[in-house]
Amino acid sequence: MLEKRLINGNEALGYGALYADCRCYFGYPITPQNEVVEFFARELPKVGGVFVQTESEVSSINMLYGAAATGVRAMTSSSSTGFSLMQEGISTLAASELPCVIADVQRGGPGGGNTQTSQMDYMQVTRGGGNGGYHNIVLSPASVQETFELVQLAFCLADKYRHPVIILTDAIIGQMQEGLELHRLDFGPLPDKKSWALTTVGDHDDPGRFIQNAPGILGSYRDYMIRITKKYQEMTEKEVRYQAGHTEDADLIVVSFGSSARSSLWAYHQARKEGLRVGFIRPITLWPFPTQIIRAAAQHTKKFVVVEDNLGQMLRDVQAAVQDKAEVHLVGIAHRHLVTSSGMIFPKTVLQEVKRLI
Amino acid sequence: MGKKLLITGNEAVGYGAIYAGCRNYFGYPITPQNEVVEFFARELPKIGGNFVQTESELTSINMLYGAVATGVRAMTSSSSTGFSLMQECIAHMAYCSLPAVIVDVQRGGPGAGSTQTAQMDYAQVTKGGGNGDYYPLVLAPFSVQEIFELIQRAFYLADKYHHPVIVLSDAILGQMMENLELYSINFGPLPAKDWAATGQGERKYRNTVPNIWTFFNNYRDIIVNLGKKYQEITDNEVRFKTYEIEDAEMVIVAYGSSARISLETLRRLRPEGYKVGLIRPITLWPFPTKIIRETSHRVRNFLVVEDSLGQLVEDVEFAVEGRAGVHLLGSLARHLPTSSGMIFPKTVSEEVKNILCHK
Amino acid sequence: MPQIDHPERELLCGGPESYTGLPTMYCPGCHYGTVARVICEAIDELGIKKQAIGVAGVGCHGFMIGTIATDFVFALHGRGPGVATGIKRSQGGKPIVFTIQGDGDLAAIGMGDIINAIGRGEKLTTIFCNNAGYGTTGGQMAPTTLLEQVTTTTPTGRDPQVAGYPIHVAEMLAMLRGTAYSARGALTSRKNYNQTKKFLNLAFQKQMDGIGYGFVEILSACPSTLHMPPNKALKWVEEYMIAEYPLGEFKNVKEIL
Repeated sequence: MLEKRLINGNEALGYGALYADCRCYFGYPITPQNEVVEFFARELPKVGGVFVQTESEVSSINMLYGAAATGVRAMTSSSSTGFSLMQEGISTLAASELPCVIADVQRGGPGGGNTQTSQMDYMQVTRGGGNGGYHNIVLSPASVQETFELVQLAFCLADKYRHPVIILTDAIIGQMQEGLELHRLDFGPLPDKKSWALTTVGDHDDPGRFIQNAPGILGSYRDYMIRITKKYQEMTEKEVRYQAGHTEDADLIVVSFGSSARSSLWAYHQARKEGLRVGFIRPITLWPFPTQIIRAAAQHTKKFVVVEDNLGQMLRDVQAAVQDKAEVHLVGIAHRHLVTSSGMIFPKTVLQEVKRLI
Repeated sequence: MGKKLLITGNEAVGYGAIYAGCRNYFGYPITPQNEVVEFFARELPKIGGNFVQTESELTSINMLYGAVATGVRAMTSSSSTGFSLMQECIAHMAYCSLPAVIVDVQRGGPGAGSTQTAQMDYAQVTKGGGNGDYYPLVLAPFSVQEIFELIQRAFYLADKYHHPVIVLSDAILGQMMENLELYSINFGPLPAKDWAATGQGERKYRNTVPNIWTFFNNYRDIIVNLGKKYQEITDNEVRFKTYEIEDAEMVIVAYGSSARISLETLRRLRPEGYKVGLIRPITLWPFPTKIIRETSHRVRNFLVVEDSLGQLVEDVEFAVEGRAGVHLLGSLARHLPTSSGMIFPKTVSEEVKNILCHK
Repeated sequence: MPQIDHPERELLCGGPESYTGLPTMYCPGCHYGTVARVICEAIDELGIKKQAIGVAGVGCHGFMIGTIATDFVFALHGRGPGVATGIKRSQGGKPIVFTIQGDGDLAAIGMGDIINAIGRGEKLTTIFCNNAGYGTTGGQMAPTTLLEQVTTTTPTGRDPQVAGYPIHVAEMLAMLRGTAYSARGALTSRKNYNQTKKFLNLAFQKQMDGIGYGFVEILSACPSTLHMPPNKALKWVEEYMIAEYPLGEFKNVKEIL
């Protein structure tokens, strides 16, 4: 019998990491992800793990860099504005090809913004907010259970590709409580035995290992670029994940991720009950983006509605996929129920828009 | 006629700022933009300006934030990896609607990358590398003279839209020497900065940056208004230059130093009878989607030349919508495997011929 | 645009002139409202309300932007001294610029910023609100959290082997050459309050006289982090915090050589 809990999404992040055998966490408090920091402060010492409350997000990401370089599973988390501070470090992790997991529990932006929910970090996580044009795999859960599972997947993908992986949740997913079934996911054996990890010369036979954060300064920059280009291609071919419903016979398809997908999912089910031919696509990997399924659907569906709590960021990826074959509409931040930062996009608002457009 | 100089692109950044009336610079040394820091250290004290060498890029951008909050013209500069450290505050300045100019002289990435040239920061500057819904205006010069002119325009646009403006240069443009004619450009009147925090003085009400009334009460409208501002900028400020696209069978799209290389390619190929044109985006955000979309109805192929693994190409594909082939000639086409590699006009010519003859 | 200040509002009892008249946003028993008041009073006594520009950071102290009626700039987390430098220098050194920073803002993420601002010889004033924990985010450890103090990230008490030692900021900054004034006060009694106000006056004066950096640390109670009623939280500051962080002046020079 599996262990069941009623907990919030932030704590599910913590459980996911523990079940993935992550024993190192470095983090700095920032609303709305404090429960993650507090979870690790409480739980990691019990299992002999390492928890460090850092002095800043810049330190968090650099401690993560150090830990990942030794080949252990490690993670950090932050929220939007703190995540912006990590951009140089994430870019460096991508340059050094180090496996690690970074969670971003989104809040309002830009900059300091506010402490309430939003989904405004899509661009900064999918387009490489740091320099150098790297790409991280971005996983976007829409429930507490999925948060738990995707964190485990994130550690597997990070090790598989030797690359940072980002979990993108938001204040709603992080703060809401749902039932969680704790179980360990088995992704099979990993190809990389971490023969690159810095475990001291006494521990291996190499003359000395070196983690290179400036691929252009020593060695062949071209070799590095060819290698990561292949890596990105492989990720794009193999790692696209999405949830889809009724995309074959739909007059209108709702595309949405994270907490907005929860609102949209209700609207989609409700619309179907009322006999409207509505489809639903929820990208689970935001990078690589499920372009193909949307492009295929655009051959016969003439209307798309993108629901996201921002000014329209994923909208662009959907438009790029649709290639002018269908109309693409946005239900965004202007559709929030309140003008203050506590505003949200309600399921009934999505349903209304769907009915209006259909 | 203005005074003429033979100087580097990095020094042209400095002259542009001084001719735009900027008297405040905060910066941290990083290769390949050290000449910018050194220029201001030398020149600003002569004219009563403020130069501060900061302890980090984080402090540079936050000093800039403090300075522009008082309503003065101010700027900072950095290069790729240092620029990544500034992302949080650039996002914050967009949120607070503050006019600031930031120069990014690109080097190789990701991370520390290399100290040599590259064009790998396109995505981080155009897609908002920091958090939240924001898009800074991005200007991409391709000559020393144009750096000088676009810096002046950057200050004007920043004040016009109360928004951060980024000038995206690179190590080639920054380090190469060309002729520069100095003159100041008049862009017309600008609104008064009555929102600036300068000490209350004789004002009836105090000023806070950001305005805390809207800050606490009206978040949705702040963001929706930002959206309207982006739309206005997109409608009014798109800038690009086209070269011989009227009869072209294929069109190259390139910016910055790659556009220089592509233009040279055009000059070599046209006399040989190859019908090739060039579209050079000058504003990278807002992107000249329309001209590329129009062109895509009549040409069969686009070649994007950029010294990265493919970032500008994403915006070109977005504009073309599958109507024409979009090919990339990126960093893998450099002449050397080390970080000193560059994409040469010869390589671009070969690729153009290859596409025109076979695809 | 609607404004938050009400200069025309009738004054019924004697609040400081540079108080906006708005209610503070603090929990019952929090000392930050009192910190705001003592700052207001110091500003009034020096008569600098019209020339002053405040810089608030991220944390509960940031809400003082709504309490102290000077021009204000809201800085990102830890970046106050840099922002203040930009303001002061770009205005030719004219305005009196002060930063208000909490223990996370100054002693954690912003430690490098303040040390370098002093190192550059800036003429600024910093008011450091030390309440030994992170209030805004719900009670995590701060660099100034006392040993054995329980917080949400030190659930069994701060253990120096894993979470280190409290940082004594006022003493540390006093060692820097660019510091003209460094002191630590508290608000636990009328006597301490008056002493703290004197410290603030001096710290502003050092800036106004162009001597150097002025720094005042104010020990404050955060009943929410401590999980204590207001009176006990105040007692806790008196008994434990002042024992760890002695009150008084650590540097006061007329000239920096």
